[in-house]
Amino acid sequence: MTKGVAVTGMGIISAIGADVPGNLAALREGRSGIGPITRLPTHLAGTVQVGGIALSDEDLADLLGHPSEGPHTRTSLLGSVAAEEALRQAGLMSVDRQNLGLITATTVGGMDVTEKYFYEYLTSDEHLASIDTLHAGHTGQMIADHLGIANGFVTTISTACSSASNAIMLGARMIKAGMMDRVLVGGVDCLSKFTLNGFNTLMILSASRNRPFSEDRDGLNLGEAAAYLVLESDASVKARNATPIAYVAGYSNANDAHHQTASSENGDGATAAMLGALRTAGLSPSDIDHINAHGTATPNNDLSEGRAFKRVFGERVPPFTSTKPYTGHTLAAAGAVEAVFSILAMQQQVVFPTLNFTGGMSEFDLRPITKLTDMPLTSVLSNSLGFGGNCSSLILVKA
Amino acid sequence: MAKPVYINGMGTVTAQGTHDPERLFGGPVLYDADAWHAIAPDYSKIIPGSEARRLSTGMKMSIAATKAAMEQAGVERVDAVITGTGMGCIRDSEKFLRAILDNDEQFLTPTPFIQSTHNSVAGHLARMLACTGYNFTYVHGSNSFASSVIDGRMQLRNGDAEVVLIGGVDELGDHSTELHRRNGHIKGKSVPSAGLLVSTTSGALFGEGAGFFVLGTVKGPATHAELLAVKAWHKTGAEGIEQHVLDFLRENGLSPGDVDAVVLGRNGDGDHDGYYNKLDQGLFKQHTQLAYKHRTGEFHTVPTFAMYLAARVLERGAVPPAYLLKNPPSGTIRTILQYDQYRSVDHNLTLLRKC
Repeated sequence: MTKGVAVTGMGIISAIGADVPGNLAALREGRSGIGPITRLPTHLAGTVQVGGIALSDEDLADLLGHPSEGPHTRTSLLGSVAAEEALRQAGLMSVDRQNLGLITATTVGGMDVTEKYFYEYLTSDEHLASIDTLHAGHTGQMIADHLGIANGFVTTISTACSSASNAIMLGARMIKAGMMDRVLVGGVDCLSKFTLNGFNTLMILSASRNRPFSEDRDGLNLGEAAAYLVLESDASVKARNATPIAYVAGYSNANDAHHQTASSENGDGATAAMLGALRTAGLSPSDIDHINAHGTATPNNDLSEGRAFKRVFGERVPPFTSTKPYTGHTLAAAGAVEAVFSILAMQQQVVFPTLNFTGGMSEFDLRPITKLTDMPLTSVLSNSLGFGGNCSSLILVKA
Repeated sequence: MAKPVYINGMGTVTAQGTHDPERLFGGPVLYDADAWHAIAPDYSKIIPGSEARRLSTGMKMSIAATKAAMEQAGVERVDAVITGTGMGCIRDSEKFLRAILDNDEQFLTPTPFIQSTHNSVAGHLARMLACTGYNFTYVHGSNSFASSVIDGRMQLRNGDAEVVLIGGVDELGDHSTELHRRNGHIKGKSVPSAGLLVSTTSGALFGEGAGFFVLGTVKGPATHAELLAVKAWHKTGAEGIEQHVLDFLRENGLSPGDVDAVVLGRNGDGDHDGYYNKLDQGLFKQHTQLAYKHRTGEFHTVPTFAMYLAARVLERGAVPPAYLLKNPPSGTIRTILQYDQYRSVDHNLTLLRKC
């Protein structure tokens, strides 16, 4: 087995907390962040619930102290908050960050701003500067500016719901290839009318609260979040005597090549991704102590992913949980949010419960963990499965 | 030792009609507008009729360019699909957003939402090619394509893949184009494309297009060039650009004297062309210089065309007159350096070598 690439810091802001300790407390207490839509002017406000972050854009700017010049969006503010926390934890906020890399991820970037000013831009000069926020790369540019990155490699991945897992994967690969020493990896998405209505037309939003791996599950809740990890080469860790909090040991991306929005019936892509991650980590299925499932609670995902568990792990599927009932499905942030949760689980040696479980699915005997459970955890596998058949698995191991 | 990386097949769709490879060396198509649509190949010959009607422009351009690249490379399968796009399928995004705003969130249909997803092109190509391997989409402005080059090259050099498809695509959307007129990213006063590169006013002229490339570690029947190196970074001042170029060349064991020609991403924006001016007046004063944005227009993934142009020059041993900016070549062109940035951010450098 390979030790993998060191994680030396992490940061998160989600519906259950504005930082790592806040998220951990909610996970331990089984406290969900799902609730009514309060921030967006949308007709869906009465009918669907979301994992919204209580802080306003002004609150987020205050948290940052001095955000970069902008124009900012809710997405770029959320991203800056979580990225800064990750760097602070890694002890890198006080050092020169010009050469730091940043690999971020988003699905709709600054859509919150675009949908607000879409027509106003044509007739008023007031918000013309915000037209810069139209393209998805804007978020990463703003985070890079906020952190003082200049010569570093900065990019943005958009592969739907697996985006942040892929950002973590790319960062780990680039460090292994000797192309970078330190890189922030993760993703961010904010709630928007665009995304809410899009998922609503696909008829995969829950009428109440998402219930992963339950027989009566009826869809997902969307959420907003940002989460980042700091990845570092062994040389960098050694040179500054940093303390790894975990390692990214395995990763793999595979494609269902089946359908634009649905997963294949038997989880071909998810199976390939999990097997690929085990291969890069040099681990066998029995080495995995816990799975943080994608578990969106759509009928299609949980069936496909559950079948993939069976294909990879046979009759010995490790204890698994879905943390979507806490945060909602945070799309391009989900892979990083769940990487943070997986690391927290290993630090605490505990599996966080899957909330809202109402009874097992008829297709198989797989049941998620529903109570806070102490357990020795050395290796955790985390899945992210997205539109376009995009399937990614990460394996994080204990430091 | 890391394996060499070759460009084994290429396909483009641009405002210059370069889906027909002969067009590059002919006379340029001249434009007098501020945003130029790509000249479409005959899609009915490339995509089955019923399907073509459903697909977005960006998707069709990508499919056409991909099929051309794969045919040239003589491959029917690839191990990975890695795309870049600045704006994604912007027409579908605009369509879905208009539907939300115009009808007060009523009567929405999922198709434009599904197609607006930034990785819809890469997902479609995976299904078309039955490629169940690695599938990534980069959406980082003018470094979207450079990111896919970096990733594809890393896959090949590490032995994770033997053949990869990389590419980039951007389409013009009516509304977003109008917004870029409003904020001055498109020139306020029309400049004919012929005079664009001497313009010093603010803004660029916009375009659209796609460029896809089959990269491999083994030469194919039509190998165009070797991809030596690529680098992308966030930001730098114009005063620092020469040092960046020198460092990049040195990292690859080269000095400016080893470079035979440079392809520069000038777009006639007086506020941001300073980087190219600095190189023109300094390091590359005597070098053969090529430019292309006065032919293709500006779009986030237009560096795909720079790679196409450089590879064609290396292969043909001649510079197409419509793209020569100064200093015609005096000998064989063996090594070409490409440099691009857009609005002073998202800088990228690429080195190609004759095979």
